[in-house]
Amino acid sequence: MSPVLKRRGERFTIPGKYLLLILTILCVLMMLVTFGTDVFNRPLNTIVGYAVVPFQQGIGKVGRWLSNRSEELVQIRMLLEENARLKEEVAALTEENTLLQQDKYELNELRELMSLSEQYGEYHKVGARIIGRDSGNWFSSFLIDKGTEDGLALDMNVIAGGGLVGRITSVGPNWAKVTSIISDNSNVSGMTLSTGDNLMVSGDLKLMADGCITFSQLMDSQNAVVEGDKVVTSDISDKFLPNILIGYINSISRDPNNLTKSGLITPAVDFEHLSEVLVITDMKQSAGE
Amino acid sequence: MLRKGIVFLFILISFILQCSVFGSLAFAGIIPNLMVILTSSFGFMRGEKEGLVIGFFCGLLTDIFFGNFLGFYALVLMYIGYLNGKFSRIFYPEDLKLPIALIIVSDLSYGVICYVLMFLLRRRFEFIYYFSHIILPEMLYTIVVTIFLYPLILKVNEKLEAREKRRAQKFV
Repeated sequence: MSPVLKRRGERFTIPGKYLLLILTILCVLMMLVTFGTDVFNRPLNTIVGYAVVPFQQGIGKVGRWLSNRSEELVQIRMLLEENARLKEEVAALTEENTLLQQDKYELNELRELMSLSEQYGEYHKVGARIIGRDSGNWFSSFLIDKGTEDGLALDMNVIAGGGLVGRITSVGPNWAKVTSIISDNSNVSGMTLSTGDNLMVSGDLKLMADGCITFSQLMDSQNAVVEGDKVVTSDISDKFLPNILIGYINSISRDPNNLTKSGLITPAVDFEHLSEVLVITDMKQSAGE
Repeated sequence: MLRKGIVFLFILISFILQCSVFGSLAFAGIIPNLMVILTSSFGFMRGEKEGLVIGFFCGLLTDIFFGNFLGFYALVLMYIGYLNGKFSRIFYPEDLKLPIALIIVSDLSYGVICYVLMFLLRRRFEFIYYFSHIILPEMLYTIVVTIFLYPLILKVNEKLEAREKRRAQKFV
């Protein structure tokens, strides 16, 4: 009797090795298809969105509550000191703010005179909570609790604390995956704020523990870029909106080819302790409109 | 039916724990791999077929949420489940050495496969670094979690098998 054929009165079962073969072919096909397109992603993302994400949100809530309670106890004393210090700072800043406000009015007037519209006004943002982190140790990505239902879409930029976190690389109805810029497979086109030189910012798994990312291909013929310079997303990136802060140059060295420079950047965002992020719902392609 | 439900719950709970709770319990940024524990223990407890099916679904779940394309983790975990199933003939519930050894080998090979296919091919050649900083710590942490998780899986499986045996006798 052939192992595949069905015997009368017996339940039909496929032997393990045939099932392995079938599923292997299925996996390979899925890989080939989803490498370029996302035909399977939408239905699957929807299904898991309703099956898994609610649990994650629940666990996330409990975890946040617990960590908040423990942190509260530790931080009360620290906060009291900080509060006093911050009050002084507020006073100083209010004064500075009024000065800056005046400058701003003046700037706006001058801009109107020069008939320059503001290149990028305020971006529209949506706040989201992190509900899960990458289940493996190789890349750095996380899940947030908002999805297409809240107006999010693929490739939207994600920021936190004034710095760039990453961009949305997968989206379901009520969740989205954000690949952070420290992830090993992430590359961002950036530029130095002071000189406007373009450079390539890439994540590196080896430096993830130190909280650094690398940059390369910096053409800096005048040696004007120094440590501590701000690096922002560049105008030529097709996925990232311009002028979002990435981080500060930590170290810089000349490449063996003597033409370009590379080095390390300290990101502006503390990726270890992220819990809430802001998603910019303006896309690069439509930002100018 | 009950078995399918319970296995499904196991996969779901492990996955959720892995990407939420263990993320904040991580030692030096390393998270244990519960998916490998589940796949390989069901593999050697229940045989090749169940191992590969559970591996496939564990991997698919990982793929949907964290993969760059579908099918990669599903394929890797499926083969891990299948190969672990080969050892179901010499598996005894009382013996703890074989399960631990199998899970160690499974997690190490999972790590090496991930390295070769996702890092080596992108010109990240420092295998020693990745082995000692990612693969080995993950394996150690996974073993620590196995010591707590495996007895639970074993007990649930024994209960299910006893129940299935009773029902089979009833029908005969």
